[in-house]
Amino acid sequence: MPIAEELAKRQKEISIAEFFERNRQILGFDNPHKAMITSVKEAVDNALDACEEAGILPEIIVKIENVRGGEYRITIEDNGPGIVKSQIPNVFARLLYGSRFHTLKQSRGQQGIGISAVVLYSQMTTGKPAVVTSKIGEGFPAHKYSLMIDTKKNLPRIIDEEMLHWDKKSGTKIEFFIKGKYVKNRKQSVYEYIRNTAIVNPHARIIFVEPDGTENVFERATETMPPQPKEIKPHPYGIELGRLMAMMKETKARKITSFLSTEFSSISSSKAKEIVSISGIDGNKAPIDIEIDEAKRLIETFKKVKFVSPPTDCLSPIGENLIRRGLRKETSSLSPEFIATDKRPPNVFSGTPFMVETGIVYGGNLPKEERVEILRFANKVPLLYQEGACVITEAIKNIDWRRYGLEQKGGRGIPYGPAIILVHVASVNIPFTSESKEAIAHIEEIEKEIRLSLQQCGRKLKAHISKKSKRAKAESKFLLITKLLPDMARKVAEILGKPVPSIDEVITQIMNIIWIEDEVRKGSGESEIKINVTNYTSRKQKFSLYAEISSKDVFVEATPSPAEIGEKYVKWDIDKIEPSENMEIKFKVREEMDDVELYIKGINPVYVIGAEKWEGD
Amino acid sequence: MVKEDLKRIAEKIYDDLSNSRIPSIRLPARTKSNIIFDERYRVWKYGEQKITRSAVSLSGAYMLLRTIYTLDFILEMIENRKTSTLRELYYISEGWGDAKFHSQDESDKLAEDLEILTKKLREDLKLRPEEDGASVIGDIVIEETTRKGEKRRIHCQDDVGDSGYSIPYNVEKDKIKFIETNANKVIAIETGGMFDRLVENEFDEKSNSILIHIKGQPARSTRRFIKRLNEELNLPVIVFTDGDPWSYRIFASIAYGAIKTAHISEYLATPSAEFLGVTPSDILSYELPSDDLTTEDINALKSELSDPRFQDEFWKNEINLQLEIKKKAEQQALAKYGLDYVTDVYLPEKMAEMGYEV
Repeated sequence: MPIAEELAKRQKEISIAEFFERNRQILGFDNPHKAMITSVKEAVDNALDACEEAGILPEIIVKIENVRGGEYRITIEDNGPGIVKSQIPNVFARLLYGSRFHTLKQSRGQQGIGISAVVLYSQMTTGKPAVVTSKIGEGFPAHKYSLMIDTKKNLPRIIDEEMLHWDKKSGTKIEFFIKGKYVKNRKQSVYEYIRNTAIVNPHARIIFVEPDGTENVFERATETMPPQPKEIKPHPYGIELGRLMAMMKETKARKITSFLSTEFSSISSSKAKEIVSISGIDGNKAPIDIEIDEAKRLIETFKKVKFVSPPTDCLSPIGENLIRRGLRKETSSLSPEFIATDKRPPNVFSGTPFMVETGIVYGGNLPKEERVEILRFANKVPLLYQEGACVITEAIKNIDWRRYGLEQKGGRGIPYGPAIILVHVASVNIPFTSESKEAIAHIEEIEKEIRLSLQQCGRKLKAHISKKSKRAKAESKFLLITKLLPDMARKVAEILGKPVPSIDEVITQIMNIIWIEDEVRKGSGESEIKINVTNYTSRKQKFSLYAEISSKDVFVEATPSPAEIGEKYVKWDIDKIEPSENMEIKFKVREEMDDVELYIKGINPVYVIGAEKWEGD
Repeated sequence: MVKEDLKRIAEKIYDDLSNSRIPSIRLPARTKSNIIFDERYRVWKYGEQKITRSAVSLSGAYMLLRTIYTLDFILEMIENRKTSTLRELYYISEGWGDAKFHSQDESDKLAEDLEILTKKLREDLKLRPEEDGASVIGDIVIEETTRKGEKRRIHCQDDVGDSGYSIPYNVEKDKIKFIETNANKVIAIETGGMFDRLVENEFDEKSNSILIHIKGQPARSTRRFIKRLNEELNLPVIVFTDGDPWSYRIFASIAYGAIKTAHISEYLATPSAEFLGVTPSDILSYELPSDDLTTEDINALKSELSDPRFQDEFWKNEINLQLEIKKKAEQQALAKYGLDYVTDVYLPEKMAEMGYEV
């Protein structure tokens, strides 16, 4: 973390206000519009992190009020665990004060600059203190502080403090004034930030009150907390010299070998001995006595020696199911016709575990002619700026989307079509391109994982689109046989003064397909599926029909009774269906299903609309 | 009988349906690859290639349904002694549900299909165009039967204004008779500007010609009128147009028949008609002001090189020349040399080359 180190080093020489002025841009306060988004984002990220650490389902209220001109009052309140009285001034009014700075754990905020930078920006632009109220639990009083930052010493200045009763179990509320600009209906806006946050944090309920009084409620899509990410020790791949030196100063280990095997993941004591011997260092030497040249040799050795991958249970993915729910909930006004999701297994770059999850929303009222919308997330935080510099965008551009049913000039670049592409990268240490944390750097391993995951979503999308176009083709034939042909028969009969001829056989000749239609009705933990099969060919047919279910255990009943109930399917043998005959199959499962996948066996799939070829057995 | 011919189409579809066949009808392919030269009439007609309109596809089914509704409508008009314009046919289809036409182009094409299927003219099918008939100025007396049944004689120089005698949509003998003429040829002119120039310069009198303003791509009635002048009064026909590929097609439709109406070429085309200009050679030899060919022009010229109607030496040479110089010129470009140049120099020279006495 070069900026933090630089900041720590130079703290004495320059005042913190000066430092802020110089680094406004990398801290995300380059202009009044962006400053507004950054302020809200830092506070909301903190609130979500705090709730998650304490295992509380977050309920966050964000309120923006226009005080006068370009001055706004911003209030962010959470129901998190609260902050103990003595820590409140340090957490909010001292830069680089935070518990996360040295840990390797997936969290939203990583550097401890965030919220105090907001307080500093607030005081620099309006001269007003930030007001923090916090309560740590039932039976405790709430504490309220008015805080400013002493910009010479980087220490909190307490303007006012009081104890009060707060009608809330626990939580933290911060109130501050900034010079800013509120913009609506734009990709980079507070509203979009909160909407995107709601998509990837479906366990959170967020209420957002805009300056004009509009209240937006982003409801929870699940009551389940995401699994708590674990802290991990650094992995020898990817450790930097400065970091290694710092660790050796701080460690309690007395020998370099025990330092290596206790402070790193994936180094056993025998591995530690191997490392020091390759590096030509005495294994009994105290870490604090290791010279810089020796440290350099250690890093060289790390690169040569094979290690097992770091543990990956430190990652907290959103999960396919929740991504789907989040996307469905936040795009419901566009009634998309299809959502695909994918989750890659954890992977490692330079000793840092990471994983990729993706989702694609397609169709409905999404604009057909425009560039697809890209939703980028790093550790569940939406990335709104610097789309072009991000590895996510790069990975999307390098995929030939034409293969998956989207438009793309020359098979490169951002595709066009009615779709939203979501990519989430989770890692204990997201490699951002800069300290403003707006774009993820081009790491080959990450790009590859994003690509593989999106291609998987793409294949699902393609399957959906081709099923749809096959159906549309068949539907045009339905129009032909249900309207045009009967009209034709009636009219020629009328002209000739003859009886209307029967057209049934002509219809089967024109259609020449088996038409399978399904309907899913779900509610209160159950789904009822109705499947309709019509033989529009001119011969009688015989085949097997499979319906996919998530497991054998959810199956309840079916009519007609199935030939087989497999681990993941229900199978019916249709022994005979005559031309023009129609039959209905019904079944019930103890599970809420969005749609049902149907497969057929024993018949040429070209003649079947509504089910794919069965590849199982 | 027209009625029987129409009912035969309905019967074909009825039979298909009652015999469990997918209904279909067959028509000649209306493309330039399917026109052949008819030695007897010396015009281009449809060849043997057929296309099938079948209800197996949605578009085919729509076509068949429209065909049936249209023939029903025509049968009704015959019954009630009514006629309708092609535009009215298009609007009438509003009430036909799925058989409705989506553009007049569709209904116009269907009317032509029915002509082909019944081997009758659209006038027999009680359909008439609302197209603008041509204007005529020249020493000829025409007897027209007016809508009130009166017979009126019109001298096309003395009895008409500067815009000339307007050709009605029906130019058959029951409507129009040629009484007498002193002219010795017909000049068909593409543009209004050039027609007016020749009229103002009294070229009809000076050259003893009947001038016809054909108004771009000539209507059927205009082509039929020209053919009757040619056949009945033995007047040679000269065509004078702009010097671009689209104008050559105008000439071709007068002389050889149009691809769209090749089923009635022998009725509309004047095989002895001759092209006067403007030719690509004229652009060079008269040093006419010219424009660059557009991509569309070039494609049209190339398409004409493979069009059977343009396969003689004259056209091959001229079209290749034009592709080489990449220029086109309008009739009125001749004004470069003054307003009288076209009538004093250009036309007399060109007609002399073609063997006319001027």
